[in-house]
Amino acid sequence: MTLEEKQQDIIDEFAIYDDWMDKYEYIIELGKDLPMIDEAKKTDDRLIEGCQSRVWLATDVQDGKMRFTADSDAIITKGIIGLLIRVLDGETPKSVATSDLHFIGDIGLQEHLSPTRANGLLSMVKKMKLSALKAAAE
Amino acid sequence: MAEDIAYQFDVESIRKQFPTLSQEVYGKQLVYLDNGATAQKPKTVIDAIERYYEVENANIHRGVHFLSQQATDKYEEARRVIQRYINAPLEEEVLFTTGTTGGINLVAYSYGELLSEGDEIIISAMEHHSNIVPWQMLCERKGCILNVIPMNESGELIMDEYRKLLSSKTKLVAVTHISNTLGTINPVKEIIRLAHDSGAVVLLDGAQSIQHMPVDMQALDCDFYTFSGHKVFGPTGVGVLYGKKELLDRMPPYQGGGDMIEKVTFEKTTYNGLPHKFEAGTPHIAGGICLGEAFRFLETMDLEGIQHYEKELASYAESELLQIEGLRIIGTAAKKTSVVSFVIDGLHPFDIGTLLDKQGIAVRTGHHCTQPIMDFYGIPGTVRASFAFYNTKEEVDALVRAVKRSAEMLR
Ligand SMILES: Cc1ncc(COP(=O)(O)O)c(C=O)c1O
Repeated sequence: MTLEEKQQDIIDEFAIYDDWMDKYEYIIELGKDLPMIDEAKKTDDRLIEGCQSRVWLATDVQDGKMRFTADSDAIITKGIIGLLIRVLDGETPKSVATSDLHFIGDIGLQEHLSPTRANGLLSMVKKMKLSALKAAAE
Repeated sequence: MAEDIAYQFDVESIRKQFPTLSQEVYGKQLVYLDNGATAQKPKTVIDAIERYYEVENANIHRGVHFLSQQATDKYEEARRVIQRYINAPLEEEVLFTTGTTGGINLVAYSYGELLSEGDEIIISAMEHHSNIVPWQMLCERKGCILNVIPMNESGELIMDEYRKLLSSKTKLVAVTHISNTLGTINPVKEIIRLAHDSGAVVLLDGAQSIQHMPVDMQALDCDFYTFSGHKVFGPTGVGVLYGKKELLDRMPPYQGGGDMIEKVTFEKTTYNGLPHKFEAGTPHIAGGICLGEAFRFLETMDLEGIQHYEKELASYAESELLQIEGLRIIGTAAKKTSVVSFVIDGLHPFDIGTLLDKQGIAVRTGHHCTQPIMDFYGIPGTVRASFAFYNTKEEVDALVRAVKRSAEMLR
């Protein structure tokens, strides 16, 4: 599946929810289902300190593909992280670095990536892209 | 019980004067419980803002023409309305600033110029960052020492420790009248008396008190008192610093510019008298005039009634919220205003706040610019509902229902 197809998949999944609370119910389930990062990897150098919730991100390059694992102390943040990873994990560095993550806005979650939201997600996306840029340059 | 008071108090007719309250968000009736962050504005204030820019706009203190005179008169009249409201002895003791932060920085900079190395400043464990950082900056600039009055688990200042910190080296005590995070009403009269006995001056951060209780500069006998217009039903970007004349006279100007001078030559400039010495440049004229309007509105209210009613709302909210499993109130001082901060075991405040928002409930989550309080309790943040006199018992019920639903979803 291409990165764009993965985004479209998520948009389709969310299309069935017209109530905000149902949408969040789903995000929370995603957050609960994903034990995404080893406790041992929750180190300070992987910590992205948001104003409200904290995010840990571990990046890796395997066989020319970007690998991401991440976690958060807030479950909604964690659910959204799950969606971001679904789209970006396993992609080439170039594809991650140039990705336009429009699905977040399309499913109505743009506020979580706004600079004023301070939940660490925007910084996480920036870090993912930076690590991909670095990998692409190597 | 809240209903009886609501009846005397006639909340419904008060609500009609606040247009923002009647809207829907996400298709739900808005329940605005973030009054600690900023208060909504009555129609009289909104109308005054519109009127100012539509027909009254002119610069003040400078023009000989009609509009300039009129704007100057209105601006100075607003100063007198505020003076009357806080019972300041003199109108020139009421300085317009940009807000609480502006007021504290003015004192930290200007009064700070009178301090020297080794002088001590006392703040408390429950200060807003804006009543911490300016003092840290002053300490760095002047080599002063910052001491902190600790608090107990309920969120009350430990007065015995305060007494121990006071000495002849103490030059200034800066404490919040009411904690924005915990709701604690501090024993400021006692704090001021003890500071004065040691020869120190006192600044009260009034950001959370002026909208909830009568404040009387002469009865309090504080040396400085500062607050933000936007939290007291007025515009953003304007606030007030009250200071005793004899101190303000001794203090050097904070910023230089127009309006604050008497005579400028390249060799020597002499400064204008109070309050203009501390009001350099064109001020927020509309803001000042409309802040006066906010106080005119408050003057029509029964302040004792407000206090009683808000307290009832908050107590009702606390007792209903405490029915929720794992919920803890943060800030349980014996004397509190209408701030209810809470956490729920195992749940992140950010998650709760996000779900409350989608149910139409506006609260604040996070550290509320008081990170040391969060460290003290070892929590990442709280959910804070802060009530104003236009809130209702039904809104408390809506909050409690929404918190219950959020907790169920998150567990
Ligand atoms: C106790 C306290 N002090 C200071 C401030 C700062 O007020 P402003 O940002 O309006 O200057 C606030 C506002 O959040 C506050 O609650």
